[in-house]
Amino acid sequence: MNKIYANAEEAIKDIQNNSTIMLGGFGLCGIPENCIAALVKQGTTGLTCISNNAGVDDFGIGLLLQTKQVKKMISSYVGENAEFERQLLQGELEVELLPQGTLATRCMATGYGMPAIFTPAGVGTEVAEGKETREFDGKTYLMEHAFKSDFALVKAWKGDTQGNLIFKATARNFNPLMAMAGKITIAEVEEIVPAGELDPDMIHTPGIYVNRIFKGEGYEKRIEQVTTRPKV
Amino acid sequence: MLDKYGIAKRIAQELQDGYYVNLGIGIPTLVANYIPEGLDVVLQSENGLLGIGPFPIEGNEDADLINAGKQTITTTKGSAFFDSATSFGMIRSGRVDLTVLGAMEVSDNGDIANWKIPGKMVKGMGGAMDLVASAKNIIVAMNHTNRAGESKLLSKCSLPITGLNCVKKVVTNLGVFEITERGFELKEIAPDVTIDEVKNATAGRLIVEGDIPVIEV
Repeated sequence: MNKIYANAEEAIKDIQNNSTIMLGGFGLCGIPENCIAALVKQGTTGLTCISNNAGVDDFGIGLLLQTKQVKKMISSYVGENAEFERQLLQGELEVELLPQGTLATRCMATGYGMPAIFTPAGVGTEVAEGKETREFDGKTYLMEHAFKSDFALVKAWKGDTQGNLIFKATARNFNPLMAMAGKITIAEVEEIVPAGELDPDMIHTPGIYVNRIFKGEGYEKRIEQVTTRPKV
Repeated sequence: MLDKYGIAKRIAQELQDGYYVNLGIGIPTLVANYIPEGLDVVLQSENGLLGIGPFPIEGNEDADLINAGKQTITTTKGSAFFDSATSFGMIRSGRVDLTVLGAMEVSDNGDIANWKIPGKMVKGMGGAMDLVASAKNIIVAMNHTNRAGESKLLSKCSLPITGLNCVKKVVTNLGVFEITERGFELKEIAPDVTIDEVKNATAGRLIVEGDIPVIEV
């Protein structure tokens, strides 16, 4: 078994035009920076991106929007990206907005091998249009399908040669869920260690879900809102 | 009249020992600054943290540690991290005791609109639809009127709905309102505000009965 790839370019080489890809992260926290940069370089177009957010104008998925590589975004919140809003209002970009919990749980359902979930989120709203509803114990729920995607691109803190992953702090967010949901899952990590070095009790994503892993380089880890209190 | 800090202080009075609380972006976030001393309240951030601490000391920001508003934060003693499905699992299964949200409009039967202005603003609902569909207790923190001076307390929301029949209480710059079967029931009034001012600023059904105490913050 060899899951180790040299770099992002090698790991994403077979992502074709018009693929559906999942990208982990919340805002710019825990995003697969190396994979995004490699996709920009490779010039893959017509992408459908499933990701909670759409980055900012000049970072994260915003880089793929600038180069018009994205055909459709499936997200819960896209408020930090003016270029996104422009493309959307001009009709250049398709978007499907979903409640954040629905987005997360549809990823989870895929990884758990379940075809759909029932959630109360979005009942009675635009999100419910055209979707099947069902009542349980007197409350109405929407049926939401598990996601189908060609690739999941996730970012972890540490990984081993088996593909086991550990995430750090709130950079975990959607990453372990998407890791379970990709037809092919590509993990970029800050540190890669030989199998046996990570404590099995501490693994967040078991390696069976991860097809490819590489050590990322030059993480910028941009912060959207630096908020601090002064040194006393 | 209350300012945004006054609204946050009044909402903080709703907190109880042992509460798990989710605070939305904007005025709701300010509630964290006024948690009464001696109360053990745990703040949930839907991007995957229970136990939100204060902002980090200058120079200690960690890009991997943010809240749902994408601000750098810290943990507290007893914090826990988790993935986004677990986060909404605790919301959906009713573990979060109180949710405080901002809104563009609230109707007198408890509908809320806060995620979209068609043709103008496309930001998305984030976690708001999940929260309003499942939270046990939802308080809306907002100004009573919009920038054009129009009431945000309506008989029916005109903007796309975030959730139906879910808001329990609204705290505005003018007063505290409980949502009952008969509409917005004025429970407390802001300092230096008259009942007539509240009536004129409220488009939905308004109930004013008995002596209305003045908000103390």
